Amino acid sequence: MIEIKDLHKSYKMGSNSLHVLKGINFKVEEGELVAIMGSSGSGKSTLLNILGMLDELDQGTYTLDGVPIKNLSETKAAQYRNKFLGFIFQSFNLINYKSAAENVALPLYYQKVPRKERQEKALKYLERVGLKPWADHLPSELSGGQKQRVAIARAMAAEPKVLLADEPTGALDSKTSYEVMDLIQKINDDGNTILVVTHEEDIAHMCKRIVHLKDGIIVEDKKVEQVRAAQYV
Amino acid sequence: MRFIFDRNTWQEIFGSIGKNKTRTIITIVGVLWGIFIYIALSGAAKGMDNGFEKVFESVSMNSMFVWGQSTSMPYEGFKTGRPMQLKLGDVAKLENRIPEINNIAPRITLGNFGTDPVFTVRGQKSGSYPVNGDYPVYTKIATKKIFDGGRFINDEDIAKARKVCVIGERNVQELFDKDEDPIGQYIRIGDVYFQVVGVHKLSQGVSFDSDAAIFIPFTTFRKLYNTGDNVDYFCIAAYDDVDVVQVEKDVKALLKNIHRVNPEDERAFGSFNLGEMFTRVSGFAKGMTFLSLVVGIATILAGVIGIGNILLISVKERTKELGVRRALGATPREVRSQIILESVFLTMIAGIMGIILGAGVLSIINSLTKDLDFPYTNPTVPIPYVLGALLIMVVLGTLIGLIPAQRAVSIKPIDALREE
Repeated sequence: MIEIKDLHKSYKMGSNSLHVLKGINFKVEEGELVAIMGSSGSGKSTLLNILGMLDELDQGTYTLDGVPIKNLSETKAAQYRNKFLGFIFQSFNLINYKSAAENVALPLYYQKVPRKERQEKALKYLERVGLKPWADHLPSELSGGQKQRVAIARAMAAEPKVLLADEPTGALDSKTSYEVMDLIQKINDDGNTILVVTHEEDIAHMCKRIVHLKDGIIVEDKKVEQVRAAQYV
Repeated sequence: MRFIFDRNTWQEIFGSIGKNKTRTIITIVGVLWGIFIYIALSGAAKGMDNGFEKVFESVSMNSMFVWGQSTSMPYEGFKTGRPMQLKLGDVAKLENRIPEINNIAPRITLGNFGTDPVFTVRGQKSGSYPVNGDYPVYTKIATKKIFDGGRFINDEDIAKARKVCVIGERNVQELFDKDEDPIGQYIRIGDVYFQVVGVHKLSQGVSFDSDAAIFIPFTTFRKLYNTGDNVDYFCIAAYDDVDVVQVEKDVKALLKNIHRVNPEDERAFGSFNLGEMFTRVSGFAKGMTFLSLVVGIATILAGVIGIGNILLISVKERTKELGVRRALGATPREVRSQIILESVFLTMIAGIMGIILGAGVLSIINSLTKDLDFPYTNPTVPIPYVLGALLIMVVLGTLIGLIPAQRAVSIKPIDALREE
């Protein structure tokens, strides 16, 4: 599903250049649930941004579902993001003047899905995250966990190939964190490919594979016994 | 195009401009004020223009007067200070030699230029009024509205030197009883009885005669007062497309020639040029129109710049939201279009409201000044001006929207999302 070869990325900070990713080789199969771990500054968020086509790579190759991702125009990148990827952010990033259902329907709007169908799909995905009764609520009327579940529904609404979650539990207490992880595990059980960036050990162990990043290179890449989050809920 | 008529697009736009209602309203008021000023000013200027036109409607606009004074230079043996007397014979010479002249009306009068008005009697009532000896052609230069049932002096009156007269509204009030029909009645002007054949209405605006002026045939006048070929002054109307100032010069030069006056003598003949005055007044009205156009458009511009400014702030505030949209698959084009459309939409709403408000204020002013003696009539803004203003606003709205739109697009989604 995802294949990265010899990925390099550096940022210019004034006259200095900060080499963040120093040759990453990485492969994700369909249906995997991968945790990317590392301390801050290890390059994990940069890696996720490149995977999400939010950032460009300097060197190396990136293939997503057989499509080479290179030198995309902004428009093409937007279309690929819409088609291939679903994003889950640490700070939820819901649009605060839109109801839960409208937020979920937003990626479908950019896919030019007709209105009726959009609403139906939005409700369907809200139901999957257990928030159908909150469909008409604004984000400000929802709790943190609920917001993240709306964000997950939004990420899934476009039926992407890969879900990218950047610290999805970073802003949540541990109980809600486990609820969110439980949801992510269930989505993964349905066969979706998910990448989770986290620095929390317990969250990482709820995935099926852990990739450790340190100073821009992968220091460890291991399959783990998945801890089901459901037992903590 | 589909984008503009898409219900979803508008939902997005309403969503984002409805988010901060106070700001949206203040923004709208900025442009609304601009278009309101534009409409109100150009309507008022137009009203004034119409008003001036109405003031001049009863007189031929390119007309002039010329009268004799006395010479200030010796010439061909004549000494200085010789009084000038216009003659009836001058009419034919002027008409023949100056083709630009449309009509000449020679006039002779009592009670206007230092002479005493004529004592006029009817039964027990009497009064003193100016009396004019006129030709029918006079009405081609200064329109006389005659009340129903009457007429002005005609050629037959001139030929037979009839003792008929046309009197003014005030004469009727002062000499006749109420509800009495003056037509056909006799009044004594000086020592002679005249039959009233018409009553002239006082014209609003510029007029050469008062509402108590009595008109009698020129030929009758000259017989009565033994004035021979003497004429007090000529009313001259030039053709419409002619420069009256030049005609004025030509007429005076010719008169100097006829009456053997030094061509350099500026004092021998006096003249007054209505065309020049009218040009000046209409020039003023045109200037007002132009000024109101400039001020109006400048105000609109200021308002639209306000919208651009507000949208720029709003884009800054919405950086994160725009980032999310980009991450979810909004193309730069879609983001740009949305912001431009927001700008155009705000401008249009404000514009239409401003036009309605401006039209309302104009009609209020119009009804307030209707009965006042003020040159202000029917203030209207021509439809092309209104459409032009709307078009300007759409164009400006788009252009000004481009700035925040470009700003929004230039933010990379990653930077937008990073911003906390």
